[in-house]
Amino acid sequence: MPDTLAPQMHETITDSMLAIRNLQAWYGESHVLHGVDLDIRKGEVVTLLGRNGAGKTSTLRAIMGLTGRRTGSVVFEGRETIRMSPDQIGRAGIGYCPEERGIFASLDVTENLMLPPKVREGGLDIPTIHALFPNLKERARSLGTKLSGGEQQMLAIARILRTGAPLLLLDEPTEGLAPVIVQQIGAMIREIKQRGFTVLLVEQNFRFAQTVADRHYVMEHGRVVDSVTNSEMAGSMDRLHAYLGV
Amino acid sequence: MLEELLFQLEMSAPQVVLGLVNGAFYALLSLGLAVIFGMLNVINFAHGAQFMMGAFVAWMLLNWAGIPYWGALILSPIIVGAFGVILERTMISRLYKLDHLYGLLLTFGLALIIEGLFRNQFGSSGLPYAPPESLTGAPLDLGFMMLPKYRVWVVVAAFAVCIATWLIIEKTRLGAYLRAATENAPLVQAFGVNVPRMVTLTYAAGVGLAALAGVLAAPIYSVNPGMGSNFIIVVFAVVVIGGMGSILGSVITGFGLGLVEGLTKVIYPEASATVIFVIMAIVLLARPAGLFGRA
Repeated sequence: MPDTLAPQMHETITDSMLAIRNLQAWYGESHVLHGVDLDIRKGEVVTLLGRNGAGKTSTLRAIMGLTGRRTGSVVFEGRETIRMSPDQIGRAGIGYCPEERGIFASLDVTENLMLPPKVREGGLDIPTIHALFPNLKERARSLGTKLSGGEQQMLAIARILRTGAPLLLLDEPTEGLAPVIVQQIGAMIREIKQRGFTVLLVEQNFRFAQTVADRHYVMEHGRVVDSVTNSEMAGSMDRLHAYLGV
Repeated sequence: MLEELLFQLEMSAPQVVLGLVNGAFYALLSLGLAVIFGMLNVINFAHGAQFMMGAFVAWMLLNWAGIPYWGALILSPIIVGAFGVILERTMISRLYKLDHLYGLLLTFGLALIIEGLFRNQFGSSGLPYAPPESLTGAPLDLGFMMLPKYRVWVVVAAFAVCIATWLIIEKTRLGAYLRAATENAPLVQAFGVNVPRMVTLTYAAGVGLAALAGVLAAPIYSVNPGMGSNFIIVVFAVVVIGGMGSILGSVITGFGLGLVEGLTKVIYPEASATVIFVIMAIVLLARPAGLFGRA
């Protein structure tokens, strides 16, 4: 695809917490990201929408340095991270919650919760986390994989809230969960936004995205092709339906 | 009847103790293999050579630097562990993305080279290494048998090291990183843990355990280049029976099979050399993941 199809930004964002320019990434020989551009301001909740295989998960993984080769620019709080290793990126202050949740089977709930090292002051303390996620307190000694899907998701998010990382990457936290749990997760995302966390959220379900996010990016074929603010969303439904095919 | 039983006990007790001593080495060596396999996914065939290096470094420390047994017990695992760091950084780390077989072949080759170099330098006949004075002298008299102090020390020390290693892995924060990285290393790294460094140090720790076993073995078996390969074949059988990668499994299986081997020497001596391999074959057929392994 020629570069003239690069996304038309609705506005130029200069005060980004995370600024991604022409991010390309590969898994071995397979070229999965073809030049992603996006910006997130401090305190925003931003979603990545798009069909399966559009490159949403790969974008999060590429931000963390978990794909194979990657090129372009990923500037976090003014620091270029494209040449950093995943542990350096994590230490810099980006918390990552993978799509498969990544709960460790041989660790109990408390060990899972305490596993990621603190990277900064300002994380939630354990009483606050237990208040937000009461189930995790009740099940502190259970092995991670004995939890229900919803509890595993809560644990996967809770453990990165503890570290003080100000930017959280959440990959489809509502996937496969019952509507009542999805509502809880929505409430939890609004709560952590209140507390000043910045969130980049991958979502398939844009009705859910609408209830939590400030802005949305649409991905197709490994790049960002459109963006829309949450207030414009109602008026842009036809366009979004065309992208997402729903 | 009772007298006969006592006689039996008297006859078999020394073999049981000998079995426990062997079991202590099986446990220490298979523990190191399990730690390395869990973290690196590499079957460390150089483990026997590193065990032998531990014994030789103790001998060198004593004869070249005048450092006695107790110093060697600390220094030799550190020196051989540092050698492990170099191996891991320069060679083994290049194979992580490949099949287990490549790591096995590389470390097998390394074992042959290391053994060859030592044989070239020191010959095959074996060098004497005396146990420390505090552990020689009159054996402990248990009434029905005499127990050499040094052998008691080996069993106790090996058991303590195994328990300490297990506690570190199961109960500490470092151990939680290790267990988590065994399951999903990239995610642990994304949380900000320097996983490549942890992998290197884990290899060094596993190699250090082999070297520690080597120092413990030096006064019992003569220090010779082939001492590792004699042990390692049995140790791999122990690992297969216990289940590759299971920490507690390798400790229990190590001591247990040492005992079985010792008892077999009493009951049916002809089978003592093969009993472990018979058990291995049965376990492989009935439970291919091993007694303590996760299928």
